[in-house]
Amino acid sequence: MKALGIILAGGNNSRMQELSNKRAIAAMPIGGSFRCVDFALSNMSNSHIQTVAVLTQYNARSLNEHLSSSKWWDFGRKQGGLYTFTPTVTADNSWWYRGTADAMYQNITFLKRRHEPYVIITSGDCVYKLDYNKVLDYHIEKKADITVVCKDMPATEDVSRFGVIRMNEDSRITDFEEKPMVTQSNTISAGIYVIRRRQLIEMLERCEQEGRWNFVTDILIRYKNMKRIYGYKMDEYWSNIATVDSYYQTNMDFLKPEVRQYFFRDYPRIYSKVDDYPPAKFNVGSDVSNSLISSGCIINSKVENSVLFKNVFVGKNCVVKNSIILNDVYIGDNTHIENCIVESRGTLKANTYYSGDGGVKVVLEHNERYVL
Amino acid sequence: MIKKEMIAMLLAGGQGSRLGVLTSGVAKPAVAFGGKYRIIDFPLSNCINSGIDTVGVLTQYQPLRLNTHIGIGIPWDLDRNNGGVTVLPPYEKSVNSEWYTGTANAIYQNLNYMESYNPEYVLILSGDHIYKMDYEVMLDFHKANNADVTIAAMPVPMEEASRFGVVITDENRKITEFEEKPEHPRSNLASMGIYIFSWKVLKEGLLAMKDQSNCDFGKHVIPYCHEKGMRLFAYEYNGYWKDVGTLGSYWEANMELIDLIPEFNLYEEYWKIYTNSDMIAPQYFSADSVVERSIVGEGSEIYGQIYNSVVGAGVTVGKGSVIRDSIIMRDCEIGENTVVEKAIVADGCKIGRDVHLGVGDYAPSKLNPKVYAFDLVTVGEGSVIPNGVKVGKNTAISGETAAEDYPDGLLASGEYIIKEGDRT
Repeated sequence: MKALGIILAGGNNSRMQELSNKRAIAAMPIGGSFRCVDFALSNMSNSHIQTVAVLTQYNARSLNEHLSSSKWWDFGRKQGGLYTFTPTVTADNSWWYRGTADAMYQNITFLKRRHEPYVIITSGDCVYKLDYNKVLDYHIEKKADITVVCKDMPATEDVSRFGVIRMNEDSRITDFEEKPMVTQSNTISAGIYVIRRRQLIEMLERCEQEGRWNFVTDILIRYKNMKRIYGYKMDEYWSNIATVDSYYQTNMDFLKPEVRQYFFRDYPRIYSKVDDYPPAKFNVGSDVSNSLISSGCIINSKVENSVLFKNVFVGKNCVVKNSIILNDVYIGDNTHIENCIVESRGTLKANTYYSGDGGVKVVLEHNERYVL
Repeated sequence: MIKKEMIAMLLAGGQGSRLGVLTSGVAKPAVAFGGKYRIIDFPLSNCINSGIDTVGVLTQYQPLRLNTHIGIGIPWDLDRNNGGVTVLPPYEKSVNSEWYTGTANAIYQNLNYMESYNPEYVLILSGDHIYKMDYEVMLDFHKANNADVTIAAMPVPMEEASRFGVVITDENRKITEFEEKPEHPRSNLASMGIYIFSWKVLKEGLLAMKDQSNCDFGKHVIPYCHEKGMRLFAYEYNGYWKDVGTLGSYWEANMELIDLIPEFNLYEEYWKIYTNSDMIAPQYFSADSVVERSIVGEGSEIYGQIYNSVVGAGVTVGKGSVIRDSIIMRDCEIGENTVVEKAIVADGCKIGRDVHLGVGDYAPSKLNPKVYAFDLVTVGEGSVIPNGVKVGKNTAISGETAAEDYPDGLLASGEYIIKEGDRT
């Protein structure tokens, strides 16, 4: 194989509000049955990349639990495999990962010992499908030093939380601004990079000597006039989930038939850890419309324009509307939920009312649950 | 040397001919059940949940689906370095090559497989029952009684006992007599086809009966052990156990799952039923869909209405269609404005639009009145039903049918269409 994969999954940000209190962003549940990191992992596996390192730091427990076996993504191989790297104290380092470049530098031994000529770097907080071999072929054809996958966003979208790119007619990146105050273009970096392994090692070592830790600002932006950095335009679905609003919107996107067809039915598929819940059950009184319901759910009343993750119980006479209910939630009778994201394993008491007025409300409820 | 206390041998080679067109292309243990499962998932899950990690699965009739389903056993955690699941088809020998001619003959032909694990006990299972059972408890019973053979048996209503093999026991559950389908049963303890043999006893029995034609456990090996004065015990089981051998019982067992609190509970955390499913996405219900008293498998797209039904994974139900009292297995496509009533539709069928399954009154089957004796429409795997036709009750359809197969657009009750097509 020509490339190894690195998935950056260590970050957190305050825009996720309470949703990242108990899990890494890469472990956020997506589309009813998946976790965000499944998309990057499945893309790696479907691109025949056999060696993948997941770099974790913030709240790594949830992610480690999800990655406890590599077999779901077909990484249980003699050659390569799935590695999870959390920062460790060593003889000459006692730092956490101080940035994306530092996270890779601290695992430079891994990079040095591999033999694959290229590295695919991606983040664990994006939902997309991509054959990395196409990007790699493009990278080789352009004789690029680094290739950045980028995406044209709609003109109406605020892109100030992304890296904003401008390219010349040859697709070489001329301008790269990270989280700019004023945006000059609507082309953004999708956080997916291709680079030669030796080149990466050299750049990481230099960064370390200079006390720089960030891959985007200290490598991409700093080297952009010196090295050949190219943009690869991606036209298909791509979404970053790292704010509450975009997380909500990304999940709601799965209510569109073309998004479901693309992710759920078209080959190759997205894989995830299998939970072995029984099929969803709909009792008398259930009234489901325009919604996604996952396995293990038991529905007794009204669900509308919502995404229910695995093993959710909806009691009698409830209304669940425009909401995202994460896994293992119990909703008591006569409860009304509108424009909410209900955190996993929560128990909502009977006869309660939750509504996000004018926005999305994150609901965390940990009441006693009485189950017969 | 490898040493396993108990290994399981799962008999999965039978056709299950009483399921009619449902088993024309697959072995009975590979028939779908309960929305996402296949029948063999129940004994396989029971094995791993009981701590048995070495299972030989004996296949013979139409094994492709079974082989792909089992694979290397990942869903059941039976992918092991030592033991795990092994598919055991009949094989050619230097002399006396033969198919598996009976349940005991099949096990006899795999003596080497069992020998290689050096077991103390061998559990014999069949792949066509729906139940949960802790075989470890049964093994404890076997050991406590110092038994040679333990037969799992369950009490059935006395009036039904004549349909089963019954065991008559003394007060210590030691078996004193057998009756195979007795006219006037003296006991209501019916054998469930689940046996634990002490390895030496099994080996001796199989070798002694090796020249018996169609050698069967119930008919030959167990009676042989009994005659030899071995210690045979009945292990009484009182949980849910369902033989899904007929279309009627298969349909009923599926329908029992949609009860508010089903007798057979699939939601128990500590005794999960595992299955091989490449479909993991959630299911979608459109704005004008209706679903009530039903279970629906992963990845299905429902635009119509579903009442009292069991729908498998990856099924599409078109707008305006109504599914009622039916079983739809995985990857079926059902067109728009189609009505499906009391039907069993096997995997991968395509039913057109404006079709009506289950019209008219019951009529005896012209194909096989023994198999098709319920007012169900039975549609075999991969069948195609064209737009706009009507299909009566107690009918069977298999293969790619076209409009000209339906005189006046109707397949009358009791009729059938069986097309061989390219499939053999």
